[in-house]
Amino acid sequence: MGCEGYRVSGRRRVPGYGGEVTFPTASPAPRRQRLAFVVGVVGEILITLGVVVLLFLGYQIWWTDVVSNRLAGQLAGQLTTEWSDGRGGAPGFGPNGLPAELTVAPTDNTAFGLVYIPKLRSKVWGLPLVQGDTLTQLAEGMAHYPGTAMPGQVGNFAMAGHRMTHGARLSNVDHLVAGDYVVVRTKDWWYVYVLDRHTIVSPYDWWVVDPVPGKPGAKPTQAIMTMTTCNPRWQAIERWVWWGHLKNKLPARGGLQPAELAG
Amino acid sequence: MYGWLWRRLPGPTLLRIGLLAVGAFAVVAVLFLVVFPWAEPRLPFNHVTVSTSSSPSPGG
Repeated sequence: MGCEGYRVSGRRRVPGYGGEVTFPTASPAPRRQRLAFVVGVVGEILITLGVVVLLFLGYQIWWTDVVSNRLAGQLAGQLTTEWSDGRGGAPGFGPNGLPAELTVAPTDNTAFGLVYIPKLRSKVWGLPLVQGDTLTQLAEGMAHYPGTAMPGQVGNFAMAGHRMTHGARLSNVDHLVAGDYVVVRTKDWWYVYVLDRHTIVSPYDWWVVDPVPGKPGAKPTQAIMTMTTCNPRWQAIERWVWWGHLKNKLPARGGLQPAELAG
Repeated sequence: MYGWLWRRLPGPTLLRIGLLAVGAFAVVAVLFLVVFPWAEPRLPFNHVTVSTSSSPSPGG
């Protein structure tokens, strides 16, 4: 592009400055004009880059939400269909006649549950719970940390969600207080967790999703949960962490729902 | 650069504006569907999970 603008039979084109302009070729002007041309092109490139950065902002704040909400809706729909077709649960029944629970995590990218947070009803309501903790799964809903307990099981059931962009499900994580409920549905069970406390840690504080957070190597005896997201809201230099414990569980049959869903 | 582009486009002003609009739309589409999704995981803005590795795993 920059080659245009050199001599065209004694005339010089200065792109971006009103088209073709005639200059006397033998004056001291050409040097200045060449400089003006270069500065003009550099300026246009910089403006273009600025526009690209603004577009990226639009992509992050608006477009990723659009894509992510569509994905989550599709996944939740598929999951509900699978469940009503009898797929997606643990096989068989326990000794008490109740359906068995999922104790082994599915393969990555499999949605196996729905998450409800009554306090964050506008965003976290029937949100797919997807195995894996990369951006792919986070875009689809709540991401289940591999290697952590399955919902309702003894140990630490840990999941992550976006605080901003890609649906921004946990944008209002700071509105939650101890005592709020986090409800997880698998095909055959509802699990109700109560939030206990939160903290803010570094992104490298992997211990927060340990079976017993703060006690490395300890054998878990309780069913607890961890939920992480980023902090501060428009940055990602820290992680906001909520811990909770399992309050109760109930079989998901005949449209039965936990009362805690109401609020 | 844009002046050059404008002069290279054929046809009357209205057609040129139309062509530029189509071109701009195509560029934005490529950015949104290809470039930005590629660039995003490489940028540090959007990470929510915790990890032990030297680079924090993503989230947001």
